[in-house]
Amino acid sequence: MAATPAAPTATLSMPARMSRQESIAGQIWRRFRQHRMAMFGLITIIVLFLASLFAPAIAPYDPDQVNPLARHQPPFSAGHLLGTDEIGRDVLSRLLFAGRVSLTVGFAAMLVTIIVGSLVGLCSAYYGGKIDVLLMRLTDVFLSFPTIYLLLVLAAFVRPSVLSITLIVGFTAWMEVARIVRAQFLTLKEQEFVTAARAMGSTAPRIMLRELLPNGVGPIIVAATLQVAAAILAESYISFLGYGIQPPQASWGIMLNNAQEFFTRAPWLAVFPGVAITLAVLAFNFVGDGLRDAFDPRQRMR
Amino acid sequence: MIAEFLVRRLLQMVPLLIGVSVLGFAMMHLAPGGPTALYTMNPNVTAEDVERIKEAWGLNDPLHVQYLRWVGNMFSGNFGNSFRGGAEVRGLIIERIPATLQLMGTAYLIAVVLGFFIGTLGAFRQYSVFDYLATTGALITLSIPTFWFGLMVIFIFAEQLGWIPSGGTRSLGSGGGGLLDQLHHLVAPAFVLGLVLTAQWSRYFRTSLLETKNQEYVRTAHAKGLASSEVLRYHILRNAILPIIALAGVQLPAVFSGALVAESIFGWAGMGRLFLDALTYRDYPVLMAMLMITAFLVVIGNLLADVALAIVDPRVRAV
Repeated sequence: MAATPAAPTATLSMPARMSRQESIAGQIWRRFRQHRMAMFGLITIIVLFLASLFAPAIAPYDPDQVNPLARHQPPFSAGHLLGTDEIGRDVLSRLLFAGRVSLTVGFAAMLVTIIVGSLVGLCSAYYGGKIDVLLMRLTDVFLSFPTIYLLLVLAAFVRPSVLSITLIVGFTAWMEVARIVRAQFLTLKEQEFVTAARAMGSTAPRIMLRELLPNGVGPIIVAATLQVAAAILAESYISFLGYGIQPPQASWGIMLNNAQEFFTRAPWLAVFPGVAITLAVLAFNFVGDGLRDAFDPRQRMR
Repeated sequence: MIAEFLVRRLLQMVPLLIGVSVLGFAMMHLAPGGPTALYTMNPNVTAEDVERIKEAWGLNDPLHVQYLRWVGNMFSGNFGNSFRGGAEVRGLIIERIPATLQLMGTAYLIAVVLGFFIGTLGAFRQYSVFDYLATTGALITLSIPTFWFGLMVIFIFAEQLGWIPSGGTRSLGSGGGGLLDQLHHLVAPAFVLGLVLTAQWSRYFRTSLLETKNQEYVRTAHAKGLASSEVLRYHILRNAILPIIALAGVQLPAVFSGALVAESIFGWAGMGRLFLDALTYRDYPVLMAMLMITAFLVVIGNLLADVALAIVDPRVRAV
């Protein structure tokens, strides 16, 4: 008698649960779509991503091809939509290839940030007590340094490469994520659905993976998106100062570094890479903002 | 009450400062080559010389002895001598502090005033055209790389229009160095840094005001028939200001970073400029001192913000 009513409930609850999960994703997407700026950002990111991916096919010239006869050609001149630089390299082609480096560093550094931040935050919230105090103090210590000072000191003493710059940018930005993950976990741990899951006999790892993670993932995704923007900015500044990506490899920051020298003669060299950085950073910021509203509609209603 | 709070916060500062110094010390020693990196790379310095330098600097002592000596030196204001020219690091930095504080102070002022008006207007005309333009504009401003923005300002306003000097802290030669001349040089960097901060502050003000505006006590104040202006002044603004005071402290590291960028582009002879020059020559003592001093100032700034908050808001003192 006890087992009979349980069986239909179980068969009913499975599809019900799945459709509920689907509709949550659907709701988020619907709310995200209503955010005009976020959609603009998303489309921009897709375009930038595709342009970088297919750079070899799209670029009109080899980005490193020197042409002494076509130095400092202004934009819209014959054959060079965005002009050429001091040794006749096509700016548009360089911009496309530089985007590969800038976006790669942005994404990879974000991953480093999320992994380190999540580990610190999870350990802090899960173990609590002394470990929590220690890790949160460590977070405070890292937050006490102005990021750029920390970044530059590290970058100046490490042999610059895409990998080292990625790691440096990632390792100097994990603090916010750690705090978000910790706060999320601490709040969720006390929620009723967690108690319910525990009462039903779920194990600790299962609760973490099935209950806590899906519910706490919103703010982490938002932080990750905004982190890509911050990482692109950080890389561009380090490279602009000459401590980041090294020529002949091009990133948008390196192109600006180059442009500085010919500022008065060829201002377009400084304009386009800057616009590219702004566009990429803006796109990720818009998407991050849109996602925040989509994940937490209450915040928007306020 | 305030005194007790202050003592408690000062005590909390101690582990933080110890942490900051340990991290700084570790970074110095983890760097390839350690503090003698510069000499190891120099072909004119033999291995024996490096060994002698190491002995003279006490680099062969156990690490904890070195750490304690280093911290002791810092506390007595001895940051060592610059690798370049051998000048005392302390003097080099003290010389630069006023310029940076001038720049940061002016930028903060611009940001608080402009941010307050934009944020307040946005919050009270939520979803209006103004609000839409202000929030979008703020996000765009925050997405523009500050250094590139600075370059564009120099190109347009200094090179094309000739309204502002293209860099420096004062004009060289006769007539340079007067108050007006210095202000003329300050305009562009302070404006660039100030605009970035304004974007952040207008967002903070807007969010904080929106949150406070919808509180029940505000509705109560309206319901009991108070004039809107009175509700705004005594019930909304007073409470909305609180989180913003805390943010002024939290934002400090970012302002230091922003000041460094602005100084580097406009040649403003502050601490950021000194730091970048030291970076060019891998001038270890200056770099480490700058890193420690800025972190120290950030910790102090956060403390001041907390104290200010405690003075305005009695609830904070109990925490």
